[in-house]
Amino acid sequence: MLRWLDERLGIADWARSGLRKIFPDHWSFLLGEVALFCLVVLVLTGVFLTLFYVPDATPVTYEGSYLPLQGQEVSAAYRSVLDLSFDVQAGLVMRQVHHWAALVFVAAIVVHLLRVFFTGAFRRPREINWLVGIGLLLLALGMGITGYSLPDDLLSGTGLRIIYSAAISIPLVGPYIAFLLFGGEFPTATIVSRLFVFHVMLLPALLLGGVAVHLAILWRQKHTQFPGPGHTEHNVVGKSFWPSQVFKSTGLMLLVAAVLALMGGLVQINPIWSYGPFIPTTVSAPAQPDWYVGWLDGSLRLFPPVEFTVLGITVPAPFIPGVLLPGLAFTIMTLWPFIEQRFVTRDTRFHELLDRPWDNPFRTALGVAALLVFVIATLAAGNDVAAIIFNIPVEVMTDVLRILIFVVPLIGFALTWRVMHELRRDDRVGPARPPVVRLRRTPDGGFEEIEASD
Amino acid sequence: MRALSILAAVLVLVGLAIVTVPAISPPPRTLAAPGEEQLAQQGAALFARSCASCHGSEGQGTEFGPTLQGAGAASADFQLRTGRMPFTEGAGAQAKRKPAAFDDQQIEALVAYVASLGDGPQVPEVTVDQALVPEGQRTFIGNCAPCHGATGNGGAVGGGALAPALDQATPVQVAEAMITGPGQMPVFGYDQHGLNAVASYVDYLQHAPHPGGFAIGGIGPVPEGFVAWVLGMALLFVIVVLIGRRWTAKGGDEEHVP
Repeated sequence: MLRWLDERLGIADWARSGLRKIFPDHWSFLLGEVALFCLVVLVLTGVFLTLFYVPDATPVTYEGSYLPLQGQEVSAAYRSVLDLSFDVQAGLVMRQVHHWAALVFVAAIVVHLLRVFFTGAFRRPREINWLVGIGLLLLALGMGITGYSLPDDLLSGTGLRIIYSAAISIPLVGPYIAFLLFGGEFPTATIVSRLFVFHVMLLPALLLGGVAVHLAILWRQKHTQFPGPGHTEHNVVGKSFWPSQVFKSTGLMLLVAAVLALMGGLVQINPIWSYGPFIPTTVSAPAQPDWYVGWLDGSLRLFPPVEFTVLGITVPAPFIPGVLLPGLAFTIMTLWPFIEQRFVTRDTRFHELLDRPWDNPFRTALGVAALLVFVIATLAAGNDVAAIIFNIPVEVMTDVLRILIFVVPLIGFALTWRVMHELRRDDRVGPARPPVVRLRRTPDGGFEEIEASD
Repeated sequence: MRALSILAAVLVLVGLAIVTVPAISPPPRTLAAPGEEQLAQQGAALFARSCASCHGSEGQGTEFGPTLQGAGAASADFQLRTGRMPFTEGAGAQAKRKPAAFDDQQIEALVAYVASLGDGPQVPEVTVDQALVPEGQRTFIGNCAPCHGATGNGGAVGGGALAPALDQATPVQVAEAMITGPGQMPVFGYDQHGLNAVASYVDYLQHAPHPGGFAIGGIGPVPEGFVAWVLGMALLFVIVVLIGRRWTAKGGDEEHVP
């Protein structure tokens, strides 16, 4: 059979070398695989959900088994998700696994991105794959936002309203962009079916294609590796794909699926029946997006509501915190390999060996500071929930976060900078030893110092 | 997190009870079963001891507390049975639910006295009816959930005010709050049918099953995000470290690719 295939396709050599691809032996190289396997679970559960979901905003009467909504007018989309949750065998657990997998998927991407950043794995020749990776992150966020909005419940409707407002706030072109996306003034009947096309067709196609490119480039360029015995800038040391890595990865995939199934089976997520159907005149509270969009919401919540006019063009309040600052942050992150090469390290050499985080204290400290800004902005999206937990006024909570978002990253930068420099010194000359002091006991019980001889 | 916050709330309440109960020291209850007028008289005596210092000797109000003339039986019943009065939270704070400081008979007496001070809403009679749950849900989502949250878990309102969780509110207390508007809450002038519907839905929320497993607060993405990281990602991190560990002796059967 294999011979038959090889005679026709001539792929034996290609496959043989593929199977011998070397995987360096370090746990942090598996973080990206976690994201990949979350994606596998997302595709499998997503296909199941697509069989039952109805992308239609037409009002219908709910007649299913959830008592509080019986007889109420809801959209066909919302009804289909209720039916999926209450009246389809295994529907709820599939929905919950899908949603948990989405949250963990982006979390795994972020952790993988941090690994790549802090080890300088994006340096020449791997800038292209950094760009592809950022593209995948953006697509994952797009998948998350569109998926979150599909059930057409009150919470996701609130989210869509915010996205619409952010889009329309862009000076000059905002209204055109918003109308192009939504097909009119919010709320529109067409948005649900458009989101559906994005969520199950356009974005997944781009995402899966992007993953293929990401892996193909990885395969072509080979893995990076940490410095170690026998590890040089001109080789890759590790285990071959077959059999070692195949077993590791298969095991990891099964365990990822197990953890996600555990969460989907035991922990409730997005109880849209509690939120109720989307009603344009109503807003529910507390209203948060899923965690990975939290930093955008937090940015809106923290930024002072300023609106001004330049050259006759009004800049609406949501534009700076909702579009400009996040866009700027993403642009800097996207271009970081080039920025670093040009302005920070001036290092254009090829690298197969990774940096340890202390090899480049500035990069590490900057990354920590950026991460802290992100974390605090994310927490700010829950300022009302935090206000209840800590029992303080929500205004005080917001003001505290406004200060923290400047102070904490600065402290984080300074501390990291210092610690990384010490680690680097230790790495080069060994840990500093206290100076040797010799003492002599005098006959009357005192001590005197002998001049150190070393 | 829910369990923790409940535990914290219980501890705070116990602490408050220990601090406040001796200070208020309600008088011993009388044995005779009194009529409405007698009740009001008894209430007046209690009022003079426990309430008049803030609400005034005739309930006319002082700089420390609002007038109770026209507050009505519903308001007094709500404030006393939910333990919000007597007010012990300190100046500027919001009255919080705590164990009632008075027993049933004393509360009836105080309520009768406050009702006698002026016309106000009576203690409503509320019927919880499953058939009204859908209607109650619609009203609740439109008018209650924006502050109390979709699952009645409470929320921050602004200006330092918190809309309390509704997990302990009885149907009568729900209706009383709607017709009297305690604290920052507006008055919702529903008829008997509307009161029954909302009370029925709050009752449903309190007893509803949680489809899908642990409800983790029922307030959506904030606890969900924490669980995704603290349970999901953390667990996977441990798995990754275990799987990715070097299982063979250093440099064992490694291959080198030049």
